[in-house]
Amino acid sequence: MTEEIIIAGFGGQGVLSMGQILCYSGVMQNKEVSWMPSYGPEMRGGTANCTAIISDEQISSPVLNTFDTAIVLNQPSMDKFEDAVKPGGLLIYEKNGMTRKPKRTDIDICAIGAYDESVKMKNTKVFNMIVIGGFLKIRPIIDIENVIKGLEKVLPERYHNLIPLNEEAIRKGMEIISVEHKLN
Amino acid sequence: MKELRLMKGNEALAEAAIRAGADAYFGYPITPQSEVIEYLMANRPEDRTGMVVLQAESEIAAINMVYGAAGCGKKAITTSSSPGISLKQEGLSYIAGAELPCVVANVVRGGPGLGTIQPSQSDYFQSVKGGGHGDYKLIVLAPNSVQEIVDFTRLAFELAFKYRNPVMIQSDGIIGQMMEKVELFEQIPRVEPDYDWATLGRKNGKPATFITSLQLQAEEQEKVNLRLQAKYREVEKNEVRYETYKCDDAEYLLTAFGSCARITRKAMEMARDKGYKVGLLRPQTLYPFPVDAFNKLAEQVKGILSVEMNAGQMIEDVKLAVNGKTKVEHFGRFGGMIPSPDEILNALEQKIIGG
Repeated sequence: MTEEIIIAGFGGQGVLSMGQILCYSGVMQNKEVSWMPSYGPEMRGGTANCTAIISDEQISSPVLNTFDTAIVLNQPSMDKFEDAVKPGGLLIYEKNGMTRKPKRTDIDICAIGAYDESVKMKNTKVFNMIVIGGFLKIRPIIDIENVIKGLEKVLPERYHNLIPLNEEAIRKGMEIISVEHKLN
Repeated sequence: MKELRLMKGNEALAEAAIRAGADAYFGYPITPQSEVIEYLMANRPEDRTGMVVLQAESEIAAINMVYGAAGCGKKAITTSSSPGISLKQEGLSYIAGAELPCVVANVVRGGPGLGTIQPSQSDYFQSVKGGGHGDYKLIVLAPNSVQEIVDFTRLAFELAFKYRNPVMIQSDGIIGQMMEKVELFEQIPRVEPDYDWATLGRKNGKPATFITSLQLQAEEQEKVNLRLQAKYREVEKNEVRYETYKCDDAEYLLTAFGSCARITRKAMEMARDKGYKVGLLRPQTLYPFPVDAFNKLAEQVKGILSVEMNAGQMIEDVKLAVNGKTKVEHFGRFGGMIPSPDEILNALEQKIIGG
């Protein structure tokens, strides 16, 4: 199993930490992982992306042009990465703020209203955890227990009281993600 | 037990320096290297081992602080990125001339000039061929993973003290910024220096030690040069390091170092899937260069493609090594652009397999 993922959106949406949490969770599940952020001028311009690779085998290139999964959280990111999904791959997009639907017909497409859900949960900071939940529902490459273990590892102990809230957000994401286009 | 962590390359370098028992870090922030000094400031190694961490007023000040610390027999390290490393060249030449040990890491970005902050390998010539003035060599290590950043930081201090020579760790924006699993080695205790070459004061009737890179008499300076050259021959004999992948039955050879070797390995796997018998030779030391390994493979393969994130620098050493025995071509992207595995495979088919 190798899953090559690009996560892209605005700075502040938790794009980089989503990739890190997936990688930490992968480490907990004894996978090989690699995480590569955008750190160039695009960061300064307000959009951010990172590549996360989770694999059973040694990872060769940490930098990629095409991906198994693209998780896009704003319109510029969809415009940039929709074409970078491999045929047969997966595109997940956040509904809030999108001005058009994806055009591809040769990939699976899922939509998630993570922002609206985070407002309902009265904590927009869990936005990215809802998205992670949605992704893991469609591609169950990591067990939720290992995501929690990963969070315990990443978060300083004083924030461990927030872990149940994050777990709730992941489970919410699993519930609300909707499949818009499915191959076969 | 070894400790497993997920770390950025720059953070891993900083942690490895602490654990290697370094006495001092002197540096100045520059993208994409700033996490090294940020990590050291945040982790307060002075509380863990007594290691000094200082943000100097400039890159030039930092390398001269390293010079001073090294003269006292201390384990000192400085890090920067390309434009900052250019500023350090005078100091590096002096340290090499005075035969002192130190570690320098260059998290390379695109040049020339202030260039860009994106990853590049265009400082190969600067690291391997000099950069500063005079007939000196740096031992140059080229890690291709966060794990190798850790292992090579430790190795760099060992080699620096074994040969009393500056060691360069050639990282880049990819290796510095990416996160991977790393196994950290256990803390090596800092040691009180006790070397006859170090300026340790004249305690217990010890004769005065004099450190200089200046010899007014040409005869004396030639002796220094002869001693340096003898040392470099030892380095070339003992310290060559490289890795080969699938070279046993290879008809074509890819070569690349550092992060570019990771991308090139993916291209090699794609080429193998297409039925081409392709191998990969990855120099881990850029100086000393794996001359014999190239020379041997040159008799076996029909051509070599040197893949670099520059306009063709390592290819010159590959050509010298194979000495006309086989065709050698270059493929590169530069100025901060990163080649894709497809581009590399395409270049291999165009320039080597079909060419």
